[in-house]
Amino acid sequence: MSTQAEEFEPFKTDEAEVTRPDTVTVTLKTFRFNAETDYLPHYKHYTMEVGKDELILDLLNRIKWEHDGSFSYRRSCRHGICGACGIKVNGRATLACKQNALELVKLFGNELLIEPQNKKRAVKDMIIDKKDFWEKHAAVTPYVVADVDPHPEHETKQSIDDFHKFLDSDLCIQCGNCHYACPVVEVNEDYLGPAAFNAAYRFTVDTRDEAGKERLELTSQIGPGVWDCVKCFECAEACPKEINPIEKITKLHNMQFEQGVAKPNVATKHAEGFLRGMKKYGYLDEADIVSYSEGYLGMYKHLKTAMKMMKAGKIHWHSGIPFIDSVPKIKNLDEVQKLIEISQTNTL
Amino acid sequence: MSQLHYALFTGCTAKQSTPELLSSTLAVADKLGIKITILEEASCCGASHLQDFDEFLAHVLNARNICYAEKLGLTMITICNTCQLNSAMTKHALDTDPDLKARVNEKLAEVGLEYKGTSEIKHFLYALIEDYGLENIKDKVEVPLSNFNIAPFYGCHNIRPSELHHDANGGENPYNPTSLDQLIDALEGHPVDYSHKNKCCGFHVELQANHTSEVLAGNAMVDAIDNNADLMVTPCPLCHLKMDTYQDDVGKVIGRDIELPVLHMPQMVALALGCTPKEIGLNFHVQKATQLYTEAV
Repeated sequence: MSTQAEEFEPFKTDEAEVTRPDTVTVTLKTFRFNAETDYLPHYKHYTMEVGKDELILDLLNRIKWEHDGSFSYRRSCRHGICGACGIKVNGRATLACKQNALELVKLFGNELLIEPQNKKRAVKDMIIDKKDFWEKHAAVTPYVVADVDPHPEHETKQSIDDFHKFLDSDLCIQCGNCHYACPVVEVNEDYLGPAAFNAAYRFTVDTRDEAGKERLELTSQIGPGVWDCVKCFECAEACPKEINPIEKITKLHNMQFEQGVAKPNVATKHAEGFLRGMKKYGYLDEADIVSYSEGYLGMYKHLKTAMKMMKAGKIHWHSGIPFIDSVPKIKNLDEVQKLIEISQTNTL
Repeated sequence: MSQLHYALFTGCTAKQSTPELLSSTLAVADKLGIKITILEEASCCGASHLQDFDEFLAHVLNARNICYAEKLGLTMITICNTCQLNSAMTKHALDTDPDLKARVNEKLAEVGLEYKGTSEIKHFLYALIEDYGLENIKDKVEVPLSNFNIAPFYGCHNIRPSELHHDANGGENPYNPTSLDQLIDALEGHPVDYSHKNKCCGFHVELQANHTSEVLAGNAMVDAIDNNADLMVTPCPLCHLKMDTYQDDVGKVIGRDIELPVLHMPQMVALALGCTPKEIGLNFHVQKATQLYTEAV
């Protein structure tokens, strides 16, 4: 067994020849921008020896302390609680104070690309304007709405099961990692985004809350609501608290049907309409799902694509007429029909 | 190596709008001596949309599909990322929640089935790379794809959420996936490095959020083109449909002329193994891969 003295032996006293064990030379290609003075952002390279216990936040500190005191970033708790230090490293949403630096070197190589969560919203270096995030978060009424008796005779009780419904979603620290990892937030400025949906879910399932219906109505709207989610699962990867926002988005979808908030529209009919083909063939009926969801009048938008697909032989017909009975049937279709009959829990 | 044998879950698209996906999958299996039993009993996976409507029902129907692979005692392979994800999600939910498994099995008992959790589920891509092996594929290449810069497009549902792909399905790092790049390399093509390779194509909101859908597909396609791609390849038929059939519309929204043939992963492999364009159904593409007719064959 090695003694402590032996373990420390590789540290040499000669400054010029210091080669520490477990350190790696890392170059940080770092996004620099000052909205007050700069026309365009630029990148600066900082090279440093990084030890095995250093966090990304330590490297940000070293840029500031050892290289350029004007380098700006948000930091506060250093314990994964305050949610201030969210950035992107090689495009990966990262909470700087929770992320070991060499883990990312192993993943991406010795040059790490250090960027803010959203370059378009950059104010100074890593600091972005999170106004859109906070506005959308506030829009879902992220608190318990209840008529509180000012003189209660006993405490408000909640069962363990009821508590567990929102326990993990309550861990959100509003760091914005999921919000700025979401590709829909980038494209659709009305879209509330995964963090706001997580908050909507958290308070809607809280047994003390009375504003669930309003939140479900807001999140059922096409544009801002959950139906614009592209199901890319970027938010699930981005969350440093392992909340899995898209799981909550699916639950909001389900709750809209369970509580009768879902109104028939192109998105809700598209979800429910899968059963139409499955009952008849076992497979989805690709043509029917479009015409059923859009309505016959809405089909004109798809005529051009349908013609192209037909020309390429992508739309088949067995009966001599396109779109009629063009779907093959699975074996044991009766099982699927029976299972739908006995297992369906929601209706539109 | 004993002969590989899989239960193939085709999904809906391979049986309808992308017949070339099924024919090229079978062609690759044939060339490599992999035995395939098609699960003709398997239904639609719900494509993550039925899950939005009725999650429990989706679990019941997906569990039924898996039962048929279990009955054969085989690993279930998928040829669509979304089929892979939704089947794996059901498997994960049932294998980790005994209460849910009991409730699902109560329904399945009504049709004489029982979900046990004995079959693995993996995409054909990872069956080829991990089970058959890249080196073995390399040995079988008859028509090297060395004339082409090929942009790998991974598709979300094979790489995210990573916890569902760790054990049986490639275990890629979603921020730096490598399997398709390695496969292109093994077929002597030139993998195109571009930042959108692991991004979303927008297929799932094609109807209700058309603009979002076109922009996401467009961002990925122009990134591939700007990095000198001749072709794109994807393991997911939904990514294929979005980028192939809607290519014109995507170009209009993005404001660029886009001409980029999008191959299914098995088509690319089949081509390198010496199959003809007709055998692998290149005629079924809206954006024809004309360069493959003249140069590779």
